[in-house]
Amino acid sequence: MSIDWKAYDPNGFYDELISAPGIPRPAAKTLTDYLRSLGDAEIHERKQAAEHAIMEMGISFTVYTEGGNIDRAWPFDIIPRIIPRTEWRRVEAGLRQRLTALNMFISDIYNEQRIVKDKIFPAEILSQSRNFREQCRGIQPTHGVWAHICGSDLVRDADGSFYVLEDNLRVPSGVSYMLENRQVTKRVFPELFENYSIQPVDEYPSQLFDMLASLSPRPLDYPEVVVLTPGIYNSAYFEHAYLAQRMGAELVEGADLVVCDDDCVYMRTIDGLERVDVIYRRIDDLFLDPEAFNPDSMLGVPGVMRAWRAGNVALVNAPGAGVADDKVVYAFVPKMIRYYLDEEPILSNVPTYLCMDDKEREHVLANLDQLVVKPANESGGYGMIIGPHATPTQLEEFAELIKRDPRNYIAQPTLKLSTSPTLCDGHLEPRHLDLRPFVLQGVRTDVTAGGLTRVALRKGSLVVNSSQGGGSKDTWIVDTDTRD
Amino acid sequence: MLSRVAERLYWMARYIERTENTARMVTAFNHLALDMPYQTRVSWAGLVSITGSEAVFEDRYSEYNEANVVKFLLGDPANPGSILNALNSARENVRTTRDRVPTEVWETVNELHLYARFNLDAGEGKRGRYRYLSQIRSRCQQITGMLAGTMSHDHAYDLIKAGRNLERADMTSRLLDVGAVGLLARGKEVDEDISPFEGLLWINILKSLSAFQMYRQHVRRRINAADVLRFLVQDPEFPRSIGHALAEVEHSLANLPRNDIPLRMAMQVKRHAVDSQVDKLLEPKELHRFIDDLQKEMAELHGLVAETWFRLDKAA
Repeated sequence: MSIDWKAYDPNGFYDELISAPGIPRPAAKTLTDYLRSLGDAEIHERKQAAEHAIMEMGISFTVYTEGGNIDRAWPFDIIPRIIPRTEWRRVEAGLRQRLTALNMFISDIYNEQRIVKDKIFPAEILSQSRNFREQCRGIQPTHGVWAHICGSDLVRDADGSFYVLEDNLRVPSGVSYMLENRQVTKRVFPELFENYSIQPVDEYPSQLFDMLASLSPRPLDYPEVVVLTPGIYNSAYFEHAYLAQRMGAELVEGADLVVCDDDCVYMRTIDGLERVDVIYRRIDDLFLDPEAFNPDSMLGVPGVMRAWRAGNVALVNAPGAGVADDKVVYAFVPKMIRYYLDEEPILSNVPTYLCMDDKEREHVLANLDQLVVKPANESGGYGMIIGPHATPTQLEEFAELIKRDPRNYIAQPTLKLSTSPTLCDGHLEPRHLDLRPFVLQGVRTDVTAGGLTRVALRKGSLVVNSSQGGGSKDTWIVDTDTRD
Repeated sequence: MLSRVAERLYWMARYIERTENTARMVTAFNHLALDMPYQTRVSWAGLVSITGSEAVFEDRYSEYNEANVVKFLLGDPANPGSILNALNSARENVRTTRDRVPTEVWETVNELHLYARFNLDAGEGKRGRYRYLSQIRSRCQQITGMLAGTMSHDHAYDLIKAGRNLERADMTSRLLDVGAVGLLARGKEVDEDISPFEGLLWINILKSLSAFQMYRQHVRRRINAADVLRFLVQDPEFPRSIGHALAEVEHSLANLPRNDIPLRMAMQVKRHAVDSQVDKLLEPKELHRFIDDLQKEMAELHGLVAETWFRLDKAA
């Protein structure tokens, strides 16, 4: 039996592929027709081919468990998500605008703090910020850019418009899966690539390398660029190795690097010590340098902050960039865009209540069962509560947490996250998803064509994190202009 | 190249070579077992002693029979040298250096590991064993070939070659030790003639190293202890002879920076192998001592390689 699109019903949610049961969106029609032409057995075959490819290519992520770490196969749904290119152009422009303003904000915060003096951004948020680094005051990195790599999470609400949910400016991950998802899809549905004009994504590693190389403190033809990983037990180790390989950069661990008396960073090689120019670090600020931050860190490089401050090495993203990666600071991004760029934000924020504000906190506590409440500084979907899905006891407990530490919490209305057809037990069902595009900023700004689509595989679930039962899909930015 | 990466690539090569050698050896013994009359002393225990893991084996099994030994050598998680464990380690070493190794090599290592794991039952059974082991052997060779054909022959590659050849020389020496046991058996007989058992034993050693055909082509004499020993210890052209493998180690190390100490050691071991007087080694005790000395020197060479290029504090 083949797929019956009339039986696929997203139940009032905005669906990425169809506008109503049985009616595909224009950009998706070729795909939905094609899927319908396949029988159940054939769909199953494609799914198996994808699983096989993922095993063979060794696409994995690491899960922490009590019994140790497990290297798990990457969960992937073969049905791609399609976004028309005309729509994407606007998102792209919005992301550029946003990261430009965020970088101006970070620069300002560590230097003059004009935005605080002009009373656009409250000083007390800064003084209580967990990601503000005193050690970064007065630094002016190359091109004035602090957050060179940004992964912003976008969601669509019921009306189909995109909202920014958060900006990941510390060590955003997922881009390797975006690249590998495309490789797998090419193996599974090669015929579709002939009939669609799909924007390629594979330029990312070259763009990343060019951006990193442009930050070298020494004007060299071949600067030494390294990727600093916490090691094989990190959940994103696969990605660290993947990016290092695609860039031809050295993948290093903290113990491979040393800072000498000349305040330069060197790596330990079979030839002896070799100078390092650019470090793409995938380690959080606090573990980066035991001399400057957490003295117990075994992952970092003692003295690397010294070398950075002396201008002898570039750190990417710059230490302290996380000051803008905070769900409270997030609420101010539209204001930053108006303040620094004198432009209206192209992409909207999700309406956000700050619990530190007395009036807004009252509203949050009174409507807790309808809101999503998140801690300001967690990632990976930890420590949050989804009001409509929580028990009364959980809500009560959470209300206490908010009262105890209001600065740490924000609340947002429960969005009606869009859905897309996902293969569940052999047939298609709507599942909620988000999108994480990646933005690179150096001399120029590049946005990936699409990004990593994460999908909540459990029915009705809104949690898309791979550590919590999420999967992913290939994301196609499709040129509809050239086709009928 | 990072010292840490150097170490992992070196071990990756050793584990792949170990896997291939073990598969080759089990295949050869398997053939021999089918040839020999029931009561002969081709004992499966010999296979365990070649890998030097009698203690681990005896801890786990009460009897040296075919089923136990094959299980132990192929997939026993408690045996660090089992094919499955060697492949686990090889895979882990490539996984943690996949930025340096050509992608197709990583994929092949990964697939080989999956193949060995998922088909273990077939490999342990009598009927599927040949196919299982020959698959493993040829996939290991595929990896060696891919490295030769798609990886730049740089320092990383030199270390891979050094690791592979040191492991290979070590394996050949271990198999020759079995020959020493054979000589011991002959020592007890008055008759100087080679017993049929001993002939078969040396043939089997040659076959375990895939050396039988090349021995025939290059030695052209009937199988006898002295010639087999000379061929496997000193032949400059056969890739699995100790002399050849150590010469390869020497060439690889010669390309590496700061190599004086390990290179000197590599030349010394090779000289001891190539210049040895084979005729004097036909005494079982002599042969055993000779091999023991060679193995000690090879272990020392490995130690110097690690000391020179892998230790992080040495680079600073």
